[in-house]
Amino acid sequence: MALSSDEGGRFADLLMEHEDSIVSSWTAEVAALLRGRLSHAELQRQTAELQKGFQTALAGGAQELTDDSAAELRAQLAELSSTRARQGFTATETAVSVFALKEAVLKVLDAGDGTDADTLRAYVGLSAFVDRAGLFTFDSYARAREELIADQAEQLLELSTPVVKLWEGVVAVPLVGTLDSARAQVVMERLLQTLVDTGSPYAIIDITGVPAVDTQVAQHILKTVVAARLMGADCIISGIRPQIAQTIVALGIEFGDIATKASLADALRHVLRKTGDKVTQKPSRREG
Amino acid sequence: MTAGGAAERIAVTSDQDVVRVRQLVRTVAVAVKLSLVDQTKLVTAASELARNTLVYGGGGTVEVTRVENGRRAGIQIVFADQGPGIPDLDLALTDGYTTGGGLGLGLSGARRLVDEFAIDTAVGKGTTISVTKWCR
Repeated sequence: MALSSDEGGRFADLLMEHEDSIVSSWTAEVAALLRGRLSHAELQRQTAELQKGFQTALAGGAQELTDDSAAELRAQLAELSSTRARQGFTATETAVSVFALKEAVLKVLDAGDGTDADTLRAYVGLSAFVDRAGLFTFDSYARAREELIADQAEQLLELSTPVVKLWEGVVAVPLVGTLDSARAQVVMERLLQTLVDTGSPYAIIDITGVPAVDTQVAQHILKTVVAARLMGADCIISGIRPQIAQTIVALGIEFGDIATKASLADALRHVLRKTGDKVTQKPSRREG
Repeated sequence: MTAGGAAERIAVTSDQDVVRVRQLVRTVAVAVKLSLVDQTKLVTAASELARNTLVYGGGGTVEVTRVENGRRAGIQIVFADQGPGIPDLDLALTDGYTTGGGLGLGLSGARRLVDEFAIDTAVGKGTTISVTKWCR
């Protein structure tokens, strides 16, 4: 049942008249649910703003949340949802912040004298309006979360592909996790740029952290190696564990003349031997 | 061969779904106590076939079931799509043959990574591939 503009106006007056008591019981209601994860002052401020938003919308004759006069309220709700989503609140906790208005209004109506059929009808109308506002926060919340996830995926892409200098003239890329096309592209760009920046003639691609090497992953690695070779750098693939080696053989992938090693240490030793750098092991000291 | 446990189904419509298939297969493979080598082989085969379902079949479904054969436990995975089908199966199963710019080892390699491999395809109707890996 939609809210008529008369009823809306009545509630706008009611919200204005009982502003303090509604805000305080609304805040108390929400505070009980959020269990101290937001400060009381912060919550009070948010609730007061929402109360203003509802009041303005209703006074402006909003009968549906989609009406023009409710535009400001919608913006407020969207803002609230995205803040809550980023602070790690659940969708329910966010929507309840809006639904609690109904309780607060009901308390004021109970305290007053008029609980006749008209008031009841108007209250049902208001209730429907608040419900739609609550659902709107659900939608905004979901959207904010999706944006958050997309942002994080992008950050992860940046984070998870470091190129480290291992030795003079030797850089290494420790790959961790799934190597899809997007990441493979980032890895290749980073590696080639680092080769130029550092003037390193050797690059080690370590796949210890890659759980499964399928043909797509192998192809990405092979392309990276070929690109590095074109730039004059020698590539070694390290971190090939027994189960990965057996899988690669069964799949029929051939790494050709690319040097492969079981561990990063083996790969580094291989490079040092080629460059002629001597690495000697100190005789271990025994005490006692 | 009897099904021992509910089948889990994943719709494959994006690269993320291929990752989910891999994760599901790995979880089930650990649960039926496949050896580490067999886990890796099965996960890799599932990755190849799920990607084929996505790239060549235009998307489809992957169903993972725990199966039992006498005293042996195993995993059956069924990849189904309603794509264009495979016109020449022998050619498609040839090492190094590809129509999509890959290495051409996905289908043939996946067959070598599992114990049982069945393929049912019809041009214009789609492709269904069923693979099984048993505990040793």
